[in-house]
Amino acid sequence: MSVEHASMRIIEGYARGGTDLAADEVWALEAHLEACRVCRDRLSAAVDAEAPAVASLVDTVWSGLEPHLAATATMPRRRRWWARLSRWMTPTMVPWLAMVVSVTLLALLLDLVDTGTGEVSLVLLFAPVLPVLGVAASWSRGLDPAYELTASVPRAGLYLVLRRTASVLGVVVPALLVGGWVTGVMVAQWLLPCLAFTATTLALGGVVGVTRAAVVLAAVWVAVVVAPTLATSRTAFALQTGGLPVWGLILALGIGVVIARPGAYSVLGAHR
Amino acid sequence: MTIGKDHHMTSAVSAADIAPTAYAWEIRAAGLKVRVGRKRMAVDGLDLSLGTGVHGLLGPNGAGKTTLIRTLATVLRPTEGTLELLGESVGGMGEHRAVRRRIGYLPQEFGYYKRFTVREFVEYMAWLKEVPKAEIPAAVQRAVERVGLADRADERMKALSGGMVRRVGIAQAIVNDPTILLLDEPTVGLDPAQRLRFRELLQELGTDTCVLVSTHLVEDVAAACTDVVLFAEGRLVFQGTPDELAAAGGPEHVGDSPLERGYSALLQGPGQGRGAW
Repeated sequence: MSVEHASMRIIEGYARGGTDLAADEVWALEAHLEACRVCRDRLSAAVDAEAPAVASLVDTVWSGLEPHLAATATMPRRRRWWARLSRWMTPTMVPWLAMVVSVTLLALLLDLVDTGTGEVSLVLLFAPVLPVLGVAASWSRGLDPAYELTASVPRAGLYLVLRRTASVLGVVVPALLVGGWVTGVMVAQWLLPCLAFTATTLALGGVVGVTRAAVVLAAVWVAVVVAPTLATSRTAFALQTGGLPVWGLILALGIGVVIARPGAYSVLGAHR
Repeated sequence: MTIGKDHHMTSAVSAADIAPTAYAWEIRAAGLKVRVGRKRMAVDGLDLSLGTGVHGLLGPNGAGKTTLIRTLATVLRPTEGTLELLGESVGGMGEHRAVRRRIGYLPQEFGYYKRFTVREFVEYMAWLKEVPKAEIPAAVQRAVERVGLADRADERMKALSGGMVRRVGIAQAIVNDPTILLLDEPTVGLDPAQRLRFRELLQELGTDTCVLVSTHLVEDVAAACTDVVLFAEGRLVFQGTPDELAAAGGPEHVGDSPLERGYSALLQGPGQGRGAW
């Protein structure tokens, strides 16, 4: 983009104090100088040539200021990694995620040493509820001290919920991936229930609060799938390959409800 | 000497800066009702119009001040009635992002992350409030300087005293240069000198912002507010200048100052002031 620059006559006149310029010329030049680096350079060169008194005054002020500026601490440039991380998860989520990952590892360990659970994989059994705990921690009144502030900001709502959920899944899914790979469980067999449970937590959370939704769903899962499975030592139907279409349907429903009610997450109620 | 990169623009004032506002009142509520819990109406039929200036929200404990401020901060939804903030209705569902960008809010229970430094916390809040990325460092520095914490900006929050934490709360509320500033009990934990400084800050902010300060300290209102809103049992009891509030009380009313006497006179009107506490 080509720009018309100020003439040398105007710039030199301005450097001399602007007394021989018309008022509108001074005004136009100042507006132009604010935006134009080239003309600022030309002005500073003109000041040295045209107004040595001004130049020496500026030098005096600088030499007086420099010791003060040297003594003042500059703003630290380096930012700590967890302050940056807070845009993805609240600091209070970190211990929860650590717990979730260690539960995964524990389940994996028990699977490998095979203590009395027969052919049932513990990784498979716990995969759907693990991210739910992380999601609950990300949107909980008790765990996040700044929940009320967070609820009041423009970024709150679906955007922030999905961002935090993504970060939970980003930690949990790789851990489960390792667990599933070691125990030889098919990826879709745990990934679909895992995602379906996460989506359902968010969908239900928009109505009753995310933490409550997580507690209810985790309890339902334990009662309906975990307890019977451990009691009978047989993989429940819900976790067999035949149940996959159902999980897909639940996932789609959950996502649909979340998208349909974006405003539900920007009020205090969603933090219950 | 050259600073920054070139921008090929000539006007120093943008059209948005000088555009007239499209609303008469920053905050306008008509017949506003907000239900808390299953039955209780914490705000029960409120008609209120607030413009630029510092408005003191006074009222006894349990009057519904916090519920009202939360509703104005759009974190609670009104049950009935209309509420317009900056000319936009915020009654229904929706995220109200545009309005929220222009609101500053300090909740009564100001929760923060102990491991963050003051600067990190205010930066995080500025990011949450969608302040443009390039403006965040300057906006944070300005907010921290306005509350007098520039020398402690890089200290962790857990090392701060209660009054300083409160000031961080005020800094995060003003970091986005809000048009509506909602402060719920901001003077709790401030010592007398800090309280004086805070009143000066309020007056400064009140010149171009609609500030609503909830408090139960009558002297805060006298010193800093241009306007008093007296609120009891979810209803508006009185709205006027501090002088008008003082004029409402006579020597027969309880209180140590004219304002306190006016306050108790208005609250002891018919249907008000049940019980000794």
